[in-house]
Amino acid sequence: MKKINKNSLNGFVNYGIIIAAFIVLQILIGKGVLSNSLQSLLVPACCYIVMAVSLNLTVGILGELSLGHGGFMSLGAFSGIVASILLQDLIPMAPVRLAVSMVVGALAGALGGVIVGVPVLRLQGDYLAIVTLAFGQIIKNIIMVLYVGVDETGIHVAASSDRFVLAPGGTAIIKGPMGAVGVAKLASFTAGAILILITLLVVQNLVNSRSGRAIMALRDNRIAAESVGINVTKYKLMAFVTSAALAGAAGALFGLNYSSTVASKFDFNTSILVLVFVVLGGLGSIRGSIIAAALLYVLPELLRKFDIAEYRMLIYAIVLILVMLATNNDQLKSMLGRIIPKRKGAVSNG
Amino acid sequence: MKKKELAALFMAGVMSLGLLAGCSSDGGEASQPPASQAGTQSSQPNGGDGDTQGNTETVTIKVGGIGPITGDLAQYGLATQWGAQIAVDEINALGGPIKLEYDFQDDTGVTDTAVSAYNTLKDWDVDVIYGCTTTAPCVAVASETFADRYFQLTPSASSPDVTADKDNAFQMCFTDPGQGMAAAEYLKNSSLGTKLAVIYNNGDAYSSGIADAFITKAAELGLEVVSTQTFPDDKTTDYTVQLNACKDAGADVVFLPIYYTPASLILAQAKQMGYAPTFFGGDGMDGMLDMEGFDKSLAEGLLLMTPFNASGTDERTVDFVTKYQADHGILPNQFAADGYDCMYAIYEACCQIDGIAGMDHAQLCDALIAMFTGGQFQVDGLTGTGMKWLETGEISKAPVVVKVESGVYVTQ
Repeated sequence: MKKINKNSLNGFVNYGIIIAAFIVLQILIGKGVLSNSLQSLLVPACCYIVMAVSLNLTVGILGELSLGHGGFMSLGAFSGIVASILLQDLIPMAPVRLAVSMVVGALAGALGGVIVGVPVLRLQGDYLAIVTLAFGQIIKNIIMVLYVGVDETGIHVAASSDRFVLAPGGTAIIKGPMGAVGVAKLASFTAGAILILITLLVVQNLVNSRSGRAIMALRDNRIAAESVGINVTKYKLMAFVTSAALAGAAGALFGLNYSSTVASKFDFNTSILVLVFVVLGGLGSIRGSIIAAALLYVLPELLRKFDIAEYRMLIYAIVLILVMLATNNDQLKSMLGRIIPKRKGAVSNG
Repeated sequence: MKKKELAALFMAGVMSLGLLAGCSSDGGEASQPPASQAGTQSSQPNGGDGDTQGNTETVTIKVGGIGPITGDLAQYGLATQWGAQIAVDEINALGGPIKLEYDFQDDTGVTDTAVSAYNTLKDWDVDVIYGCTTTAPCVAVASETFADRYFQLTPSASSPDVTADKDNAFQMCFTDPGQGMAAAEYLKNSSLGTKLAVIYNNGDAYSSGIADAFITKAAELGLEVVSTQTFPDDKTTDYTVQLNACKDAGADVVFLPIYYTPASLILAQAKQMGYAPTFFGGDGMDGMLDMEGFDKSLAEGLLLMTPFNASGTDERTVDFVTKYQADHGILPNQFAADGYDCMYAIYEACCQIDGIAGMDHAQLCDALIAMFTGGQFQVDGLTGTGMKWLETGEISKAPVVVKVESGVYVTQ
């Protein structure tokens, strides 16, 4: 009983952090204190927070390595963009259209998750890592040759530019390697904050539920979990597909924040970047993912401010390595443990 | 053990920092006067009103550049940064009525970073946007500048999407379809060969934009394209499959609308397999001769369309090449030359605007648009003379085809 209380308290603290940060940032924007460059980072930072929290569900809670989280983001981004343009006349209200597009993005991500997860999660070992790695590349390459457009006869989809013919007055939505161009910007910081709250609601409730305990049991000892009758594939798939769907929603928000999006944006590097956020924030720690994603996404932009602008990417890399070493340093950990006695327990949880 | 690792890492970090600092100090000197970004900002408290200050003698226009100066595409971004820097230094040394203040922000060739870079420039109270170097980030930034009313001139983002539906975005380079069509017309009028093949990067907007237009135009002109080969990205290292397909199809002209890194490998691998068609490239090929470790004999007989010839003998080109080489140790390519011309275009347009002193960025944007599309405005630069802009934002200048003969460009 006591433990459950602690977990849900932990969850409420996370909601509190997000809501407090949202209010503070809104006040700062209202007062005109926040610079343009920081304001432009709010929406993508929200997307990356959702990405990190959702990947943490796969990597930290389920204990499977996924190297293709960017692929789900890509699916969500492009399906969300297509949905938003198709629904332009049907739903003139931008926030509603954004919400519908994000749902479409989530569904696309979930579909990708099912396609990858059903065969692969039945296997043991590192197969998920290998397949998701390939999945990310496949998605990138498919979207690079994909042409999607709409005219009065309906939606046109083609795999090469010469077969992609639109009636006059039609709109090309995705143009192969040029990506999606001319997207109306629908995303807002409010939508991002709401998406984070929804993500937290989904992930934290899943983790603290009966299913969540089954998922963690699988992570800790698969054989023991199976011996008490836990359906391995079902619970693995549950966590993985939820994670993919949330990544899809984040992708849709991201795609609708820029007027042009190219498939090569969501490559292996993006997947690894999100994984870095998760690992540095702490595997299994939702709050860690939120903080790590927010700080590490904003950091390279903050480094522009100094005279060291030329080295900002180098410094960013060094900071990442130092954080990794510092958080794994036993001496530092015990030192922190001595200062904050409560941390000892947290550390041993990993 | 842990301690040792940490210490080793720290040392490595410090050493590599030192190394980089060492490299840049000679490059940095040339860019000293205007580029001391933080310094100028603090020394000029009302920096935002730089162009509204009472001093009617000189007006300072803040030009903010965006491009990749780190990452895979850094070579192109650095060229546009450095080329423009030379022009800015020259303009400021002229002592004319307009001075340029120049800052360049890194976008790593990525859309979202480019938008952040643009917002950083907005915080700096930028007046005119110069960039982006690459296409996809440029499209995203152009829609932001369109909404915010900033004038934007890109040296090298060549997709028509950059300027489509936006009155404020202008290009210094040819558009991709324009270049593809010009290439097809050139091949039609020359007697280089009858059977054409195309090898292009279908993961790249620039490359596929040219290739698509080329193939369409070639069909229109009755040219025979016997083989169309693609590769997925510029990191590809083996092109023997594509080359064999061209060889088997009997192509005697191979059109390569790609950047010079993959093109150099294609030339080397074609030579290895004893396949010697005429290779014909776009402006992305410019810069190959200056690649480190590149055997110039491989490029012998290569034809390419480029607006800029670094071995040109006119005074301005020689002057530019000398300065560029002195600062950076390499020959400038067309990216650098386009960047240089962008700065002069902005400068000369600003010089002709009446009452520029009191304008904010939106008024300046409208004035510059009127100037660029007015029909009277012309710029002479390194990449062309009498360059004009169309209403759409495209440039109109003549494409030049050059042939590589004993390691230098010879205009055809």
